Amino acid sequence: MFVWLIWAAAALALALSFFKNRVKTVSSLRVSLKFLRSMALPTFLIIWTIGFLLALLPPEVISRTIGGEAGFMGVVLAAVVGSIVLIQAFIAFPLAGSLLREGANISAIAAFVTTLVMVGIVTSPLEAKCFGKKFAFWRNFLSFLFALIIALIMGAVLR
Amino acid sequence: MKKASKALFFLIGLLAAHLFLAFFHPAEAVEILLTTKTYLLEMLSILPPILILVGLFELWVPKSVITRLLGAASGWKGVAVAVLTGTAGMGPLYVAFPIGVSLLDKGASLFNVAIFLCVWASIKIPMILFEVKFLGAGFAGLRLALTLPSIVIISYFLNAVMKRRNPYEKTETS
Repeated sequence: MFVWLIWAAAALALALSFFKNRVKTVSSLRVSLKFLRSMALPTFLIIWTIGFLLALLPPEVISRTIGGEAGFMGVVLAAVVGSIVLIQAFIAFPLAGSLLREGANISAIAAFVTTLVMVGIVTSPLEAKCFGKKFAFWRNFLSFLFALIIALIMGAVLR
Repeated sequence: MKKASKALFFLIGLLAAHLFLAFFHPAEAVEILLTTKTYLLEMLSILPPILILVGLFELWVPKSVITRLLGAASGWKGVAVAVLTGTAGMGPLYVAFPIGVSLLDKGASLFNVAIFLCVWASIKIPMILFEVKFLGAGFAGLRLALTLPSIVIISYFLNAVMKRRNPYEKTETS
């Protein structure tokens, strides 16, 4: 549904732009194409790598890793797993939910979910390409650190 | 040129690994192909319209508007705009990268673009609904309440790190 919404928005905006100014619309499409050309290959490589990662780290292995180790090391491990893998929300949240019901550490689950969305080691090459290596490194590193802090606070509050 | 050859090298590596798997663990090789297809379709369904909108944005939205809304002088209002545009995002984080680049081009501050990217990554409305459903309102609510201030602090530090000059460079220029 959301996907249709955004296609409709793009089509509408494009049509509006075309009626107002054809030349501008053509050059806007040229900008889109420029982005597409610079992103296509890296994105394809990232997606292929994700395919490998998910085969090497299927949900069973992920849940064993996150649910297994206790204590602070377990939280760090969960954060590391969340940083590496890239799973869509509709798979990740049910997985995290079932682990939580099975009695997994709240901090570990929070760390996993937070780094899963905020830290992307696999996508960092593309991020570095767009914003520079320094930006990509620090955004991911700081996000990792804060994910741990968030996880520890949540573990303390929600026990 | 150097960048392209690095990507090509990586591509060949993946291909070799995949062929290797296809011979020794064919079931896994097929599984990888299927997962890759799923994610590829996701990308193809979201990236083209986003890039069309980014292109139109580049041509039609005047720089002064973005500088006013998200520039260095925009203050807390700029933070609010960055957060709101980030939550409106959809799709994986890499879709937000070209949008961030074009916002920077148009005069948005690095601080606000960092907020936009982090919010896009972590605070999307459909995602929150999902989290509430599977992890409970307490868990999702607390995580959200902690994530938002964290994002502002992360972006503040990130901005400070990016602005920090090399000390040698400083003595030369001043």
